[in-house]
Amino acid sequence: MTHYLMAVIHDWDHPDLSEEEQQESFRLTDAFNTELQGSGHWVFAGGLTHPSDATVVDGRKGASIVTDGPYVEVKEQLGGFWVIEAADLDEALDIARRASAACMHPVEIRPFQGVVG
Amino acid sequence: MPSSPEDPVERGATVTESISEEITAIVRAEHGRVVASLIRRLGDIDLAEDAVADALVTALERWPADGIPPNPGAWLTTTAGNKAIDRIRREKKRDAKYAEAAMLEDHTPHEPTGPVEDDRLRLIFTCCHPALALENRVALTLRLLGGLTVPEIARAFLVPETTMAQRITRSKQKIRDANIPYRVPSAEDLPTRLSAVLAVLYLVFNEGYLASEGEGLRVDLSSEAIRLTRQLATLVDEPEVDGLLGLMLLTEARRPARIADGRLVTLDEQDRTLWDSALVDEGHRLVRQCLATNRPGPYQLQAAINAVHTDALDASMIDWSQIVQLYDQLLAVQPNPIVELNRAVAVAELDGPEVGLSIVDRLDLASYHPWHVARAELLRRLGRYDESRAAYDRALELTANEAERAHLVGRRDSL
Repeated sequence: MTHYLMAVIHDWDHPDLSEEEQQESFRLTDAFNTELQGSGHWVFAGGLTHPSDATVVDGRKGASIVTDGPYVEVKEQLGGFWVIEAADLDEALDIARRASAACMHPVEIRPFQGVVG
Repeated sequence: MPSSPEDPVERGATVTESISEEITAIVRAEHGRVVASLIRRLGDIDLAEDAVADALVTALERWPADGIPPNPGAWLTTTAGNKAIDRIRREKKRDAKYAEAAMLEDHTPHEPTGPVEDDRLRLIFTCCHPALALENRVALTLRLLGGLTVPEIARAFLVPETTMAQRITRSKQKIRDANIPYRVPSAEDLPTRLSAVLAVLYLVFNEGYLASEGEGLRVDLSSEAIRLTRQLATLVDEPEVDGLLGLMLLTEARRPARIADGRLVTLDEQDRTLWDSALVDEGHRLVRQCLATNRPGPYQLQAAINAVHTDALDASMIDWSQIVQLYDQLLAVQPNPIVELNRAVAVAELDGPEVGLSIVDRLDLASYHPWHVARAELLRRLGRYDESRAAYDRALELTANEAERAHLVGRRDSL
């Protein structure tokens, strides 16, 4: 068993989905999440707010330095993610394919070091 | 962890040249089988490779004195298994007991059929997993299944050794961390996964075929690709595998006639008596055999086209209508402009250069030098010499291969 992060990365300010498509993707993602919980692959998932809501905190030198985020200014930012548990990469890739179809975006999948939680 | 001895011959420097060459050849032939069996039992590619390397050192010490054992593959598997147990004990791995048990309880016989063969098949699907970059799949396949050393693979692809070593290390790390399975894919995934494997093998073959001249230091990648494809053909019953093997053999058969005096010789001008007739015969047999299953795919069709070419006693007897028909089928399963270009050249033989040129001119292939070569040849036949000359020039700007340049300069200057 391996834990994987499935990240949805997209361009927040130039959404490639219309309003109706977005609603449809929410509906499909909800259904997919229910499926994932039923099949035992679910660990955690969530959608994030706009990257401009991010705050960067640097506490390395004792004092806390707080700045407006995001940390890296790039067009494409994390929009949401899943943490899943799968037997191996092939099973994870199949889950990722379904996740991508549901949320209507490509997803990037990465293994965790060891077991999560 | 100690690094694996990449150059076994150097490690056994006392061994005489000829026997060490013989041993190296045996080990290379057996490498895929031995390492695949160990990976299954150990679940650890690095440990398996190190153990095989240790066994090889022992072979180089013992075989020159004791003689080569009757079943060197079985000897290597057993010895590598023992070496793995030694390493597990020495390195006091956390799961030592478990791994040791797995090693000791394995009674899989070392035979050409059965589970041992499945190990190699599992390994090739792991090495050619689509989650790995194509160049990494190529490197890993040649290292683990082909038994080539890292310096050999680096030289073959003209990249620095450190780059190649890093490529292989990163791929093995991804297999471990991302848990890429060591398994033959499900029936549902098999066709796409198999075509990823075939793409790797064909790339290796072409790399060897196209760069075959004057590179004494390079291992023969074409023979390596043929060897691995032969192995695969014995492991899976899929007509596309036989098709790819047939395509490779029919291409390889023409290699002796392909270059004369440093100049590329086109198919129509090749001395057909130089072709390797045993390879031609085997290629034809494979084409007939796989086409009989009636599940045509891109490699089978390309092999069939090559079979028609190699069937004719001389270039004037080529059955062009059959070739056009095969290209039509190939376009249906693999629509792309390069196939269209090749089809257009065949159409020109059948319906004349004007018809061929009108198809060629519709294709968006201006950065692909064979497109300019095809135009140059068709324009030449139409007597449009100025345009033909310009097309040869454009093709020359786009190709660096010396033999091909010599051929193109010759063609242009004979206008």
